[in-house]
Amino acid sequence: MAIPLGYIARNLMARRLTTALTAGGMALVVYVFATVLMLAAGLEKTLVSTGQDDNVVVIRRGSVTEVQSGIDRSQAGIVDSLPDIAVAADGQRLVSREPVVLINLPKRATGKAANVVIRGVTAAGLTLRPQVHLIEGRAFRPGTSEVIAGRSIASGFQGAGVGETLRFASRDWVVVGVFDAGHSGFDSELWGDAEQMLQAFRRTGFSSMLFKLADPARFDAVKAELENDPRLTLEAKRETRFYADQSEALSRFISYLGTGISIIFSIGAIIGAMITMYASVAARVGEIGTLRALGFTRIAILTAFLAEALLLGLVGGVLGLAGASAMQAMSISTTNFQTFAEIAFSFSLTPGIVVASLAFALGMGFVGGVLPAARAARLRIVDALRAA
Amino acid sequence: MFIPLLVLRNAFRHKLRTALTIVGIVVAIVAFGLLRTIVDAWYAGANSSSSVRLVTRSAVSLVFSMPLTYGQKIRQVEGVTGVAWANWFGGIYISERNFFPQFAVSAPGYLDIYPEFVLTPEERKAFLADRSGAIAGRKLADKFGWKIGDQIPLRGTIYPGTWTFNLRGIFDGAEPSTDTSGMYFHFEYLNEAIRRQYPRRADQAGVFIEQLRDPDAAAAVSQAIDTTFRNSLSETLTETEKAFQLGFVAMSEAILAAIQAVSFVVIVIIMAVMANTMAMTARERYAEYATFKALGFGGGFVAALIFAESLGIALLGGLIGVALTFPLANAFASSVGAILTGFRVTEETLALQIGAALMVGVVAAALPAWRASRIRIVEGLRAIG
Repeated sequence: MAIPLGYIARNLMARRLTTALTAGGMALVVYVFATVLMLAAGLEKTLVSTGQDDNVVVIRRGSVTEVQSGIDRSQAGIVDSLPDIAVAADGQRLVSREPVVLINLPKRATGKAANVVIRGVTAAGLTLRPQVHLIEGRAFRPGTSEVIAGRSIASGFQGAGVGETLRFASRDWVVVGVFDAGHSGFDSELWGDAEQMLQAFRRTGFSSMLFKLADPARFDAVKAELENDPRLTLEAKRETRFYADQSEALSRFISYLGTGISIIFSIGAIIGAMITMYASVAARVGEIGTLRALGFTRIAILTAFLAEALLLGLVGGVLGLAGASAMQAMSISTTNFQTFAEIAFSFSLTPGIVVASLAFALGMGFVGGVLPAARAARLRIVDALRAA
Repeated sequence: MFIPLLVLRNAFRHKLRTALTIVGIVVAIVAFGLLRTIVDAWYAGANSSSSVRLVTRSAVSLVFSMPLTYGQKIRQVEGVTGVAWANWFGGIYISERNFFPQFAVSAPGYLDIYPEFVLTPEERKAFLADRSGAIAGRKLADKFGWKIGDQIPLRGTIYPGTWTFNLRGIFDGAEPSTDTSGMYFHFEYLNEAIRRQYPRRADQAGVFIEQLRDPDAAAAVSQAIDTTFRNSLSETLTETEKAFQLGFVAMSEAILAAIQAVSFVVIVIIMAVMANTMAMTARERYAEYATFKALGFGGGFVAALIFAESLGIALLGGLIGVALTFPLANAFASSVGAILTGFRVTEETLALQIGAALMVGVVAAALPAWRASRIRIVEGLRAIG
């Protein structure tokens, strides 16, 4: 027969301060664990949602990012004429040649400079990214020094709000609109007219090309055609894959560092749980003897104390998760090592993270509780009753 | 003599509990020290920079280069005694995971401006004589097991193609903080190949490094350089080497702030554990504290007993933690390899570790000591743990 759960729970209630301190320590560990996973998940989500699966990015072979890449006009012309490029209802071919560079802008909060991606786009470039829409102001007029800013850039950088002016490449650029790109990487970019950008930055070639496939299933054939063409030194990637690759190093760094830290921290919390459970056992030796005398088995005692430790872990886990879920309102902006450009992303709580965090909390409770529970179960009835 | 002995006996009455608490504190103090050292490592580049060097880059961003002819004009600026230039190469060695910095530099000028890169005269001569020669820092060479004479192939990301360099020298740092994780080769070698393939991209320097006669003139010289190129096709931004390096650190500021915050969280966690230990300990001894009071000792004495015990345990854990930080930091540094340069535990970190341990001891004892000092004798004698 098992010892009722209510009895176990009341034991925790009886020593409120101790329970609160132990569960509080665990809650902090779970909080760190969950926020770090949320951060890595948020970054991945941002960069994965940046791409469309039937879009193809073309960059120079060997270059990892758009900024490193270069495509001259003759190569761009060859890509332009691919028969697999989708055509919009109005007859426009859905292909965009884009110059992409980094500019140094000071942040609003600290005044310190960070690299911001500035992209020259065409009308087709806007159609190719349906997740992007204006939330303030208007679109830039082609042929002018007007730019529109992504949501995170407009709020995060000096001079990037609507009506403000940015100075770079010996020109003043007026910010005429702010766009929202559905929490994708484009939220951290500035967009202007592609030809104006080329002139201002004195470039003759583009950085990358983006086109939509008429038939998404033909990707491998198109890729092979592009990469085997002796006139081209280019490579093609699905847009989703392209952006996912760019988040790899930073998200790996965050999750390795975070998991390492959480594991070290959990040792502290496990020790806290152990101290609490040993004390709980020591204070109740007489009680244990009585329970055993009443006919409860060693297994029942073991289970009861383990359940108490697991309950302690669960309380900590739920508290920690509650704290971590409040972080979803925040977003973080930092430099992506791979692209060397600023990227903003938010904490994203996924069901997987909830499960992992609770399992982590229960694991801490279990490891902390197993030795004290075993001690309780090993007590002999006579000794236990005499001790009381 | 009696009172310290009493505190000691008290502290080790529950050997297991005290031992567990100490282990917890050790873990927390070590983790705190390591995290702080990781943050410090980020600043290593800035801290090892020289005050007699300025760095000039394109005002737009580092992605844009400047014409090589700027070098001549910069040399004419009053106060500049030497100019060198460097291009970030950004090549991949075997796989992308083996990241390390590579620069095409204007040797020998670059080596003259960076006297902290120590090469033997023979190595220096061999490097300067070989157009496709390269030198690597000690940390980097050790990481990949390179020896002088090895051929090092790099796959270019910014400069297309595969480039092979002959390792002609391995340099050491003059100071322990000198960055020896980089590889340097001849700018001319890169430039000539680029001139053949991509004439428009040739004769361009990524950054210029200037040596100053007088470090106090840094601001004036920076301004003079930038004024020279104002309203030109590529305007420049000149700053001290330290400011330049701090610019990189600032880019990762959000992550550094998070690591720093987390390093304080571990102290709070262990505070909770330690406070729990002290609360349990004090609760079990209410009857004893009441007895002390009945014998005529004051509430302050009882509180002092608890504080002494708590501080003693915390300090012991703190000291063990500090002692363990050094070997663990070394193990960590060697496992991540050449990426983190200047991974050193500073005196400031040690002081903070001890400070944190003491704070844990004080905070943990506060509530139990307050309660125990106010306990009424009759209640205390009646109390059961």
